[in-house]
Amino acid sequence: MALSGLGIYKLLPKTNCKKCGFPTCLAFAMQLAAKKVSLDKCPDVSQETKKALESASQPPIKLITVGSGDEKLEIGNETVLFRHEEKFYHPTGIGFIIEDTSSEEDIKKALGEINKLDFERVGQRINVNIVGISCESKDASKFQVVVKTVLENTKLALALVSDDASFIAKALEASKERVPLLCGATSANYKEMAKLAKDNKVPLVASAPTLEELETLVKNLNTEGVEDIVLDTGKKSIADKLWDLTQIRRLALKKAFRPFGYPVIAFTQNADKFQEAAEASTYVSKYAGIVMLKNRDPWVVLPILTMRQNIYTDPQKPLQVEAKVYEIGKVEDKSPVIVTTNFSLTYYTVEAEVESSKVPTYIVSCDSEGMSVLTAWAAEKFTAESIAKALESFGIKDKVAHKDLIIPGYVSVLSGKLEEASGWKVTVGPREASGIPVFLRNLTK
Amino acid sequence: MDLMKECWTGKINTVTLGATEKEGGTRTSQITVGGETALPFLFKEGDIPHAPVIAMEVLDAEPTDWPEVLKKPFGDALKDPVKWAVKCVEEYKARLICVKLIGTHPDFGNKSAADAAKLVKDILQAVKVPLIILGSGDDEKDNTVLAKASEAAKGEKCLIGDATEKNYKTLAASCLADGHNIIGESPIDINIAKQVNILISEMGFPLDRIVVNPTIGALGYGLEYAYSIMERARNAALLGDKMLSMPFICFVGQEAWRAKEAKATSSEHPEWGDESERGPLWEAQTAVAVLQTGGDILVMRHPKAVEEVRKYIDSLMKKG
Ligand code: SF4
Repeated sequence: MALSGLGIYKLLPKTNCKKCGFPTCLAFAMQLAAKKVSLDKCPDVSQETKKALESASQPPIKLITVGSGDEKLEIGNETVLFRHEEKFYHPTGIGFIIEDTSSEEDIKKALGEINKLDFERVGQRINVNIVGISCESKDASKFQVVVKTVLENTKLALALVSDDASFIAKALEASKERVPLLCGATSANYKEMAKLAKDNKVPLVASAPTLEELETLVKNLNTEGVEDIVLDTGKKSIADKLWDLTQIRRLALKKAFRPFGYPVIAFTQNADKFQEAAEASTYVSKYAGIVMLKNRDPWVVLPILTMRQNIYTDPQKPLQVEAKVYEIGKVEDKSPVIVTTNFSLTYYTVEAEVESSKVPTYIVSCDSEGMSVLTAWAAEKFTAESIAKALESFGIKDKVAHKDLIIPGYVSVLSGKLEEASGWKVTVGPREASGIPVFLRNLTK
Repeated sequence: MDLMKECWTGKINTVTLGATEKEGGTRTSQITVGGETALPFLFKEGDIPHAPVIAMEVLDAEPTDWPEVLKKPFGDALKDPVKWAVKCVEEYKARLICVKLIGTHPDFGNKSAADAAKLVKDILQAVKVPLIILGSGDDEKDNTVLAKASEAAKGEKCLIGDATEKNYKTLAASCLADGHNIIGESPIDINIAKQVNILISEMGFPLDRIVVNPTIGALGYGLEYAYSIMERARNAALLGDKMLSMPFICFVGQEAWRAKEAKATSSEHPEWGDESERGPLWEAQTAVAVLQTGGDILVMRHPKAVEEVRKYIDSLMKKG
């Protein structure tokens, strides 16, 4: 939690000696708070002050990186409890656990399926992020072999799952370049695990069944020199997990409680596909940094990834689609032409309705700076002139053999001016996108 | 370490649907929602006296745009709203039915207000759970249709909607006269939500008979807008804003089943997997999000989605 100018002042020598180049310690403190100077300009500051300022300048929830390269997973560094207060920054990592007792063939098959959980929605890539390998065999060499197989067959981030440090050590030999997440430390093994995490510079999960025990464990890990930590509160009912996740987030953000200043990993408890998806989406919406799933059917995973995409969308910066002509279905030169804005929600709603009408249609998405129809119209970002200009620049007249244009019902007032400006004949469409299918079907009757 | 428990001063209004014989109606059960003094499912810092409830949706006209997956469980009942309602209650254990009078819309069959009133009477006769009654969304028509429907259900303490900022007077007057609850609708806007509640209450409508429809979007289709509006409203309510302290009604089914990911067949999108599971799950996941932001009444469609969301609510309400 950042300190105020006054807070910093209290930690300075208060001699007003001017060696920092400022007339008073207070003036220097104000500049420090505004991050305009660095602390080392004051030669007389104490070791203690340095430490206090350092920890105060850290983010309240540490950014943790698992994996390396393009597919590395970054979690944490969140700043708010509710997305409307600012936004959520680092989307929850979604992953799966593979047991090292499965056959090589099964493991490869599973990884093939996992790698395919990679979709595109609203112009964004949404995919899964992490594969955990759990040592069920209790055989370090076997574990290592399986870890190698996994490394070779996926680019996703890794987690090594065992509470026996000797197994993890062996697996790390084969995988430390990929910066796996060690999973993990408990009150019983934390010294050995801490050493492995520190020596190999990899992040470590701290697992404890209660928040109190978790606090102790994290403090112990810190004492051992481990700073890259992911928190876990063990097997819980959904309601209890929700409570833990909420408490950890609140304490880290509102109380700057350092032991909880890390992202959280949650393992779903439900094996049933519907219930597991519901459980996972609950944790995605309420603060989990990583959620590990059991089921990997695409129909289970796609909605979870979509939930993550929704929750982590910046509320201040609506998603936009590219302003251009979209062809929906097998369009021909008779196909109707609909105009709308480039606010992605508006565009995709229109697109979904056009698709469901089964009438092949051109959608002209005009650049409205990502505003919806009514907002854009009110802000003069969706005007007769701008629509006419878009029609011209997209060359839609070369694609169709007619000059009939359908505009959203909400901007019917634009009709006359638009006809004049564009030379197209304007038909006023429905106000709500839901009216589009009936409208289009009547049009082509 | 001290836990951080919020001490909220506000409370969500408690709204009861359905009047039994004792209250002068003919329902055999009632539904009560609201009463929360904590954010969703945070049992350790407040009361959550009533579990969120699912209403199953029944249309007065055979749906034309439903995918096969959604039509299949209902079969022929889709042609007969009374049969449909009975099926929901008997087979799918619905404790609340939402009748949407879409067929009265000038563009969707233009059924008369008298037809609508008769249907409401027939359904009240056939099922004994409380009813939600919705118009078609055509303001002018709704004003005649809902007035008649309200009259036909007089004394049954239904929940009728939607009243909007521009069209609330007729509906509010009917609901007042006939003893119903009312839904205030706002277009994903917290200020308008508040404004609608103020307008309705200025007509003498008691606050504990108003339910708010924040107009949600489906998972993947703008869900996050309503999600944040609901979170903001719920926070404001718990901080004591009386004009936002209404339970939420969310039209989960109607929205979710417009999503491409719910409707598309697996031959159109093999990479998305089996649609017979995917569709219901898309609806269920939309429900999960609104439950996590304070949804009190969820209007849903597919029996499998209804069953699974009910299980999810039950597991949450076990309080760990
Ligand atoms: S150098 Fe340090 S002690 Fe001297 S005035 Fe600046 S802040 Fe104060």
